[in-house]
Amino acid sequence: MEHTLQILIRTEKICKIYPNGTFANKAIDFSVFEGEIHGLVGENGAGKTTLMKMLYGEEQPSSGRMLIEERPISFTSEFDAIRAGIGMVHQHFMLVPSLTAAENLVLGKEPKRPRTRTFDFEAAARTTQELSEHYNLPVIVRARVADLSVSMRQKLEILKALYRGARILILDEPTAVLTPQETEELFIELKALKNQGKTIIFISHKLKEIFNICDRVTVMRDGKLIATHNVEDIDVQQISNEMVGREVHFEVMHPATEPGEAVLNVRHLAFIDDFGIVKLKNVSFSLRKNEILGVVGVDGNGQTELVEILTGMGKALAGSVIAHGVEITNKGPYTVRRNRIAHIAEDRITIGTALSASIEQNLLADRYWQRQFSTKLGFLRSKEMTQHAAMLVHEYDIRCNSTQQPVGSLSGGNMQKVVIAREFSAQASILIVSQPTRGVDIGAIEYIHLKIMEMQSAGKAILLVSSDLQEVMALSDALIVMHQGEIVAYFPDATTVTDKELGLYMLGLKRQSEYEIRQVFNE
Amino acid sequence: MNSIKRFFIDRESLAPALVTLLAALFSLLVGIILIFIVSKNPLQSIHNFLLAPFLRSYNFYYLLIVMVPITFTGLALCIVYQLGYMSLIVDASLYSGAVVATVIGTQLSLPAGVHPAVAMLAAGIVGGLISLLPAILKIRWRANELVSSLMLNYVFYFLGSFVILYYLRDRNQTILSSVPFKKTFLLPRLVQNTQLHVGFLIAVAFVILVSIFMYRTRWGYEIRLTGANPRFAMYTGIPVTTVILYAHFISGFIGGVGGAVEMAGLYRAFIWQMNPSYAWDGVIVAMLARRNPKFVPLSAFFFAYLRVGADFMSRRGDVAFEFITLLQGLIILILASDRIVNYFKERQLKKHIMKNQGAA
Repeated sequence: MEHTLQILIRTEKICKIYPNGTFANKAIDFSVFEGEIHGLVGENGAGKTTLMKMLYGEEQPSSGRMLIEERPISFTSEFDAIRAGIGMVHQHFMLVPSLTAAENLVLGKEPKRPRTRTFDFEAAARTTQELSEHYNLPVIVRARVADLSVSMRQKLEILKALYRGARILILDEPTAVLTPQETEELFIELKALKNQGKTIIFISHKLKEIFNICDRVTVMRDGKLIATHNVEDIDVQQISNEMVGREVHFEVMHPATEPGEAVLNVRHLAFIDDFGIVKLKNVSFSLRKNEILGVVGVDGNGQTELVEILTGMGKALAGSVIAHGVEITNKGPYTVRRNRIAHIAEDRITIGTALSASIEQNLLADRYWQRQFSTKLGFLRSKEMTQHAAMLVHEYDIRCNSTQQPVGSLSGGNMQKVVIAREFSAQASILIVSQPTRGVDIGAIEYIHLKIMEMQSAGKAILLVSSDLQEVMALSDALIVMHQGEIVAYFPDATTVTDKELGLYMLGLKRQSEYEIRQVFNE
Repeated sequence: MNSIKRFFIDRESLAPALVTLLAALFSLLVGIILIFIVSKNPLQSIHNFLLAPFLRSYNFYYLLIVMVPITFTGLALCIVYQLGYMSLIVDASLYSGAVVATVIGTQLSLPAGVHPAVAMLAAGIVGGLISLLPAILKIRWRANELVSSLMLNYVFYFLGSFVILYYLRDRNQTILSSVPFKKTFLLPRLVQNTQLHVGFLIAVAFVILVSIFMYRTRWGYEIRLTGANPRFAMYTGIPVTTVILYAHFISGFIGGVGGAVEMAGLYRAFIWQMNPSYAWDGVIVAMLARRNPKFVPLSAFFFAYLRVGADFMSRRGDVAFEFITLLQGLIILILASDRIVNYFKERQLKKHIMKNQGAA
């Protein structure tokens, strides 16, 4: 499509300093043409989300200004932005699960019956249906949001923005929660929206997607705008170099290793959550030494619960977890860790670290009691502790000023390195690795992948759970696919399967026979 | 010199230290303004208020005596605050500790020296056990520890009064009083002809012990990590429930000992007509000390200084003693306002960033 080359929205020398001192945006001159799909890429912490939040009125700039069609605008809240025709779909959906799709769509701007001035559900349903058809974004109008699939909720979010008169749509990493099939579908829909004259700002860190649908792309790094390119004029390598500020190597060198004996045996795990939803159903598998077993599935299909139970953070309803022949089911992390299991928690902010505690405390939290660090009488050997922490900081390349600095003051990538340094140096033989690179910058991702591989070569048994499908496929030797709390497929050799095929299992459209799945026992 | 500096100030805690100082100075300033409004002879009153401890040696020793119980409760609260708990049960621990000490001080016959020691140990254990209750209620049923501890404080206050009234009351006295303590129970005086007793040294010893415990032993380490993020602590294999229990026990133990020390040091019989509620003063002391035991003596001194000054001034002039509660309220208000701390932190940070990076 021909660009009209009319600037719709732009920022002028916009800066944002957060109260905690983060200089998130440094004099950004960002502009978007009318009717284009504009990609915004950058590592986590590069300032993409901050910039978008300012455009959407959720944050106010510290200095600089924003203009729509060359008229200066200033937003004090989202409401101003919505009025100005800007809509945003957040990574975490802002929907009310207990209400229907139609009710969610009109929420805050409800159609009323002319006489009684009461809420007119039929009108809402009609509007939703019309919008849905007009923009070709199918949703089940009368279903409760809680019953909708993730991709349908996303479509509803987009419709919601359109209903409020959005001309500019900001999508914050919309594909992070989707399967490959759903992603493709979304792209078709976004292109259709573009053809209807909408302007779309598309945030992503998956470069392939940018090339797939964007007209132009802006790269951010360290709070600065590095460059804006026409997508035709640039390639993946160039963009990623700009993102990271140096050469990046994508290829993961996967060592060829023979798996050893099974060290972790999981049998018939079952779990039902507080809302009565079955989260795990008869989950059984074995994890072998020298092996990376990847767990694949759309987020929310039981992976989180599985990891929680394996690591003692959650309690199974039934089933058993046996590590090195010792039963550790429901024994709690204290016992689990003393049975040589380390755990990279999926959420490093609320579980994986104590933000206000120092780097040293975070690194030693699982081993302060060892003789090496505390005497028989319980006194701490602070010199040894500081040395150990300094050694880990050095070995794992954690960028900080001092080991006494609070972990909360580190960037996401470095924070994750603290977690990884602790867990990988814990002398465990089983590693439960959950979302190791979520919200981590590319440079750190590369490094973390390397470390995981090193651990495998060192003979550890690794269970890898990640919502980044490419990551799991690249790193794992074998794969299991989870759907609605069940293992629906097992692939002994991860290299023989395509992401498309995995997608079919992830969506529950395909399912292996019991016999095939049972191969995961390796008996 | 350098190590002394490091002992008191590190960069990270500069902003809160500043705010603490500010709170103290500001409350003093407001106090002075109030005196000007209220008093007929403000200069004399201010003179009495600010210089009381230095005008008469009696006042100075009195100040040190006032410091003792609030040092104990301040220390006890430092521990639970570091754990991230808001329990005020140390009030009951101290009161019940005093009652237990009274029982032992009046009923048992032991040699001097051993007698108060036994009383302190028993009071400490009882105080520690009482302190466990709100923690258990929280762990087991998620009952808010602030509410349950406040309620339990009444329970143990009345239980203690009951014991004194029905079993230990001295019928010869017109006021409520227990039978007199045995001579062997009383703590010796530290300075002749003053009321300053050995309990002061015991309090100092506890400050040192608790500081070492919190910052030099693995148990203090566990408490601090659990307080920093309980889910993280559990995740890394710290036995969180155990930590919560022993932290509360130790905190209550300190409170209980505090009660026993008050009895053996200051009185000849249990004569508390009402609950002295040292826990509330302890809250201010712990907050002023920023939950760090090594600062407790400093903040207890400041607090006692306000007390003694106000007391002296009210007896010598026309400003009521109660005006001190106003100052206390002010201090708490300032210290509890995170925003004020953040304001200074943010300003520092922004300056720092602007200087280092420029505006790009």
